Amino acid sequence: MADIAFQLLIFFLVATTLDTDSGIFRKLPPMPEDEPQEEKVEIKERNIFVVLVNKDNQLLVENELMNIRDLRDAAKEFIANPANKSTLPEVVVEDIPPFGPTPVTKFHVISLQNDRGTSYGTYIAVQNELTAAYNELRDELSLSKFGIKYDDLKDDDPRRDAIEKVYPLKISEAVPKNIGGT
Amino acid sequence: MTKFSRKGKGKMPGISTASLPDIVFMLLFFFMVTTVLRETNLKVKVFVPFASEIKKLEKKSLVSYINIGKPLQKEVYGTAPRIQLNDAFASKEQIREFISSERDKMSEAERGKMTVSIKCDKDVEMGIVTDVKEELKKASALKVNYSSRLGNKKEIFSNF
Repeated sequence: MADIAFQLLIFFLVATTLDTDSGIFRKLPPMPEDEPQEEKVEIKERNIFVVLVNKDNQLLVENELMNIRDLRDAAKEFIANPANKSTLPEVVVEDIPPFGPTPVTKFHVISLQNDRGTSYGTYIAVQNELTAAYNELRDELSLSKFGIKYDDLKDDDPRRDAIEKVYPLKISEAVPKNIGGT
Repeated sequence: MTKFSRKGKGKMPGISTASLPDIVFMLLFFFMVTTVLRETNLKVKVFVPFASEIKKLEKKSLVSYINIGKPLQKEVYGTAPRIQLNDAFASKEQIREFISSERDKMSEAERGKMTVSIKCDKDVEMGIVTDVKEELKKASALKVNYSSRLGNKKEIFSNF
């Protein structure tokens, strides 16, 4: 009896994997239809947060070298613009149902551009920090208004949509330049 | 003369193996429940990067996998990173074909929820990943999951 069970056990140990698949979700922008129109979308300088990553895994954020450890807080300040600074994105007051009139940085865009030589690990680390900035802001809002973490809200919960309206995820990825890559 | 004389003097009784099958079966069921059957044999080395903001992939049937990494058999395939779809190496042009065949396997209602999981080694350069992303855009498979494992700050920032 035990022998048979052992054999089955060993079979399952060999034939299966334990790892649960997890990762960072992203939505790619759709392919532009027809020929790319050269219709320039006006985005004001103050509304863009430029993050460049080079092949040596260095970060250039808004034209200044930055340590990855500071990226999260810099991104948070940019997304929320709590002090309504003139260098950070425009704040528009919008009426979002459960919150009432709320200041939203509606037009902000985080522009991420990497080199073809950047390593994937670095890219994910940067993506992770940017996602974390959004998640922290959303969590703060959700905890203060609903007393529940944003992550614990169900997918079809209207409160989730409301929070996403206050802090919409806007990370735009430019096609990488090939400066130092292979 | 004592009534209760000890039989085998001082001998340790052997451990009973009567419960062994039960224990092994319990282990067996544990592994059967917690693990997934391996679907493909990896031909490339994939050590996915660390991240903290990860979410679990929920429905396995809606997920297609693209593996990117250096070939395991260096002598045969060299060291340049390659793309693996299903069980074989593929060029980036084959991705579109792969996506449409995966899409055909799904029911119509589920096609919109299709997710592509990119399993890429953390030391691979972004060039090949970008090419894959461009191909996915062309195939309009826009939901992407960058496979990564939970790690602490030190592990996430190990490249810097």
